[in-house]
Amino acid sequence: MTDTAKVLIRVENLKKNFNNDNLHVLRGITEEIREGEVVSIIGPSGSGKSTFLRCLNLLETPTSGKVFFEGVEITAKKIDVDKHRQKMGMVFQHFNVFPHLTVLDNITIAPILEKKIPKAQAEQKAMELLRQVGLEDKAKEYPRRLSGGQKQRLAIVRALAMEPKVILFDEPTSALDPEMVKDVLDVIKRLADSGMTTVIVTHEMGFAREVSDRVLFMDAGVIAESGTPEEIFQHPRNPRTVEFLSKVL
Amino acid sequence: MLELIQDVVKIWAKYSDVFLNGLWGTVWISLVTVILGTVLGTLIALLKLTNVKILTWIVDIYIEIIRGTPALLQIYFFWLGVPKLLPMLELSNTQWIVVALIVNASAYIAEVIRAGIQAVDKGQTEAAKSLGMSNFHTMQRIVFPQAIRNILPALCNEFIVMIKQTSLASIFFVGELTTAFKTVQSATFLVIPPLLISGVIYLVLNWGLSQGIKVLERRMRESD
Ligand SMILES: Nc1ncnc2c1ncn2[C@@H]1O[C@H](COP(=O)(O)OP(=O)(O)OP(=O)(O)O)[C@@H](O)[C@H]1O
Ligand SMILES: [Mg+2]
Repeated sequence: MTDTAKVLIRVENLKKNFNNDNLHVLRGITEEIREGEVVSIIGPSGSGKSTFLRCLNLLETPTSGKVFFEGVEITAKKIDVDKHRQKMGMVFQHFNVFPHLTVLDNITIAPILEKKIPKAQAEQKAMELLRQVGLEDKAKEYPRRLSGGQKQRLAIVRALAMEPKVILFDEPTSALDPEMVKDVLDVIKRLADSGMTTVIVTHEMGFAREVSDRVLFMDAGVIAESGTPEEIFQHPRNPRTVEFLSKVL
Repeated sequence: MLELIQDVVKIWAKYSDVFLNGLWGTVWISLVTVILGTVLGTLIALLKLTNVKILTWIVDIYIEIIRGTPALLQIYFFWLGVPKLLPMLELSNTQWIVVALIVNASAYIAEVIRAGIQAVDKGQTEAAKSLGMSNFHTMQRIVFPQAIRNILPALCNEFIVMIKQTSLASIFFVGELTTAFKTVQSATFLVIPPLLISGVIYLVLNWGLSQGIKVLERRMRESD
């Protein structure tokens, strides 16, 4: 990853209010994510990390400001958001796997329906992905038979099946039993190391330090500090960052 | 007591075809009402879920009017009122009454369907949208199949309500079970025996249905 890599996501003065503009959750964020970059977002609860991430693929509609993806302003009117979302995977804290579909169908449904990939081809690809995360023998099972860690690996693979340009993770290990956290983090790390552009909101400071190219510290709706893991964790300049790190480390 | 049983047996022997015709009337009217009421109710629920202000507003008014006025008044409206307003629509009395019952059912069923859809975890929609699935596919392939589990039992209960509701049509002598009672009552001047026969048929019908619902609910729990 170098500074010359192409900008994949650009955010300009992004603001998001809730409750009829009474709650200002994002107060003007300008940021760039480059191709291949691994960016961790840390910060106190309620600082707007999830909201920021969800604005990137427009699961939340920004109150004002612009989001560009591959140079296209996706916040513009009359944009086919679905088409762009196909290239932005997302993994949720609570997995959100589809309980009424088998593991295999969870993975193939979107590629078959939205990218018109032939079923056989989609299933072959899905099996390959399942092998990579050690779930190939679960293909015909329903998600209720999976552990939390397995569900989350399924959710990651489901996102990968669309061949996205970036994957957004929102606290992917927060709902997991401690013994399952490592498996999921390993999958994410492998993905990040393979060059996948990754944005991850996390409370796993050790992980953020290890995998990130850059760390964003969010506080009260703004990015209060941004830098390499070294800069943020070893030499934080903003007193808010110092205070936050002193509580979580 | 013995006399009553004798009367019942006698009346059944003589008028069983009237009651069976009535049963058939009740069954087909409630079936048609539930099926078309479900189609209309689904459309109404989907309109409401579009979150387009003007649409949800119209739907709310529609549902409030129907749930806030007696079904009998609605039947009068369609039977007597609508032909005055729209003379080009030439329907028989029975057809108007069925239309009224369908409209009435659609409001209740719309609420059942809306509640069933909204009970599906929002994360499911978000996951589908994050994969780039269209709104239509998200509804059709992700939300609706999960909502059906909430909707189906409630819909069957609505069916039982409808079976009882069809008795309102007897006011206009549309041949169903309550009309059968009135026919036999006025032919024989007996009240209790034909009342018993009609009542038992309703009971058996609805008891059978509610047993069916229980089986359905158990199946759904098991397949969970
Ligand atoms: N849909 C919503 N409606 C109203 N308020 C919301 C909504 N979503 C988020 N908020 C509020 O916005 C603020 C920021 O929420 P957000 O989930 O982005 O924080 P976060 O940094 O991800 O916190 P956490 O670490 O607890 O996940 C919170 O005060 C939250 O209550
Ligand atoms: Mg959050």
